[in-house]
Amino acid sequence: MKRNQSIVTTEAFVEIRDVVFRRDQRVIYDGLTASVPRGKITAIVGPSGTGKTTLLRLIGGQLKPEAGDVCVDGLSVQSLKRAALFDLRKRMGMLFQSGALFAELSVFENVAFPLRVHTNLDDDLIRLVVLMKLEAVGLRGAVDLMPSELSGGMQRRVALARAIALDPEMIMYDEPFVGQDPIGLGVLLSLVKQLNQALGLTSLVVSHDLQETLSIADHVIMIANNRVAFQGSPDVMQASDDPLVQQFLHGSPDGPVRFHFPAPSLEDSVS
Amino acid sequence: MMNWIAGVGRSTLSQLSDLGRATLILMQAIFGRSNVGVHWRLTIDQIHVVGVLSLSIIIVSGLFIGMVLGLQGYTILTDYGSEQALGQMVALSLTRELGPVVTALLFAGRAGSALTAEIGLMKATEQLASLEMIGVDPLRRVVAPRFWAGVISLPILSLIFVSVGCLGGALVGVSWLGVDSGSFWANMQASVDFSDDVFNGMIKSVVFAVVVTWIAVYQGYDLVPTSEGIARATTKTVVYSSLAVLGLDFFLTAVMFGEV
Repeated sequence: MKRNQSIVTTEAFVEIRDVVFRRDQRVIYDGLTASVPRGKITAIVGPSGTGKTTLLRLIGGQLKPEAGDVCVDGLSVQSLKRAALFDLRKRMGMLFQSGALFAELSVFENVAFPLRVHTNLDDDLIRLVVLMKLEAVGLRGAVDLMPSELSGGMQRRVALARAIALDPEMIMYDEPFVGQDPIGLGVLLSLVKQLNQALGLTSLVVSHDLQETLSIADHVIMIANNRVAFQGSPDVMQASDDPLVQQFLHGSPDGPVRFHFPAPSLEDSVS
Repeated sequence: MMNWIAGVGRSTLSQLSDLGRATLILMQAIFGRSNVGVHWRLTIDQIHVVGVLSLSIIIVSGLFIGMVLGLQGYTILTDYGSEQALGQMVALSLTRELGPVVTALLFAGRAGSALTAEIGLMKATEQLASLEMIGVDPLRRVVAPRFWAGVISLPILSLIFVSVGCLGGALVGVSWLGVDSGSFWANMQASVDFSDDVFNGMIKSVVFAVVVTWIAVYQGYDLVPTSEGIARATTKTVVYSSLAVLGLDFFLTAVMFGEV
């Protein structure tokens, strides 16, 4: 797989500036600034619990930051009215960790759902589009099954077909590779890459599978300790001598990111 | 002492903010923009789920409650030699009180808890979030049809409950204990007033329907999306709905029948 070598300087599709976000009392972001370049694959990586999924929810407007600004294609997400926000969301697709297929609808109806809601296409055309999208994820044969009859990996591919049904400009993947066998993982990786190249989709991939994700990414945003620890191309990341980045790349237990959840010292707790 | 007062204040504030959030959710569900055609079809589907599927429990319970009323009423009235008033007693108890109240309690247990669990599970499996990301408001798509279905179904169920109950009363009173059939039904017809009894009962039922369904959809929409959260929310639905129904019933009765 050939990687796009150019350091991305094109116009950003998503612009995140000085975002502060707290969940209950716990600070998730404290002055997070990042940008997602248009038409590229951007990987969001970082230790678990640093709020990578939260970032996707902020971009999708499902959560609102306490301070700072999240702009998608020039629109400030948190200040949009409900109707405008829903219009913006038609231009984004999101693939959830669990797939989140509608349990009471068949595979066909799941993929057709966004089309039925947002377009006036007639049934023949909807059928055509749905079959094309399912073909793209290799599940045209499963069109009449119910989600409960599919394996987890297949559900996620159907969810991907649903996410691209409306031909969005951006697609956000939340942990797409978790729980995939090597074949499913390879298929998904090439799907993400193909969608990006064929449709010029801006892609945002949140993932723990670092090597796989970096192999397709054009741009990496690494989040740690409530802010962006690194931002740039995967090559620059590999070459970086930042101890945090190195710890993460090599999976060392000790370094700037602590293995232990904050606690009083062991002697104090035991005595 | 100060701690206790602070605790009371804190819990009052959190109750009030819950109520505010529940009101906001309901308002957004009812008054948002919508596609009437699709919306209506979804509501019909839900009426089937919460209404039609509750029919069996409503009919069976109505029959038994009516039979018990017939039996108890007969033993009491016969002491005074006025067992021909049995029809009146059964019908008035049912239309004014037992019909709306018991139907609402059964509805909370049968349909309300199911609504909470269903919406909660949709939240836990990210279906609600994914609706949002598709650009569909889950309040309009998921909550509103279920709310309207409950509001439409419960009063109808309550009417059915009352009718079946009257038949149950007649079954025991007339067919078994030998009250005169003519005086049973004639007394019932003469004493039950449409606007005082039947209509007031329906008003109660509509109020209960709004409250029970509102509690159910709010608890589902607002729960913590874990298995424990779903279990707790389902319990809360049944407990809060039951308390609300019984409390409101006293209040409504006082307003409707209190001046006698």
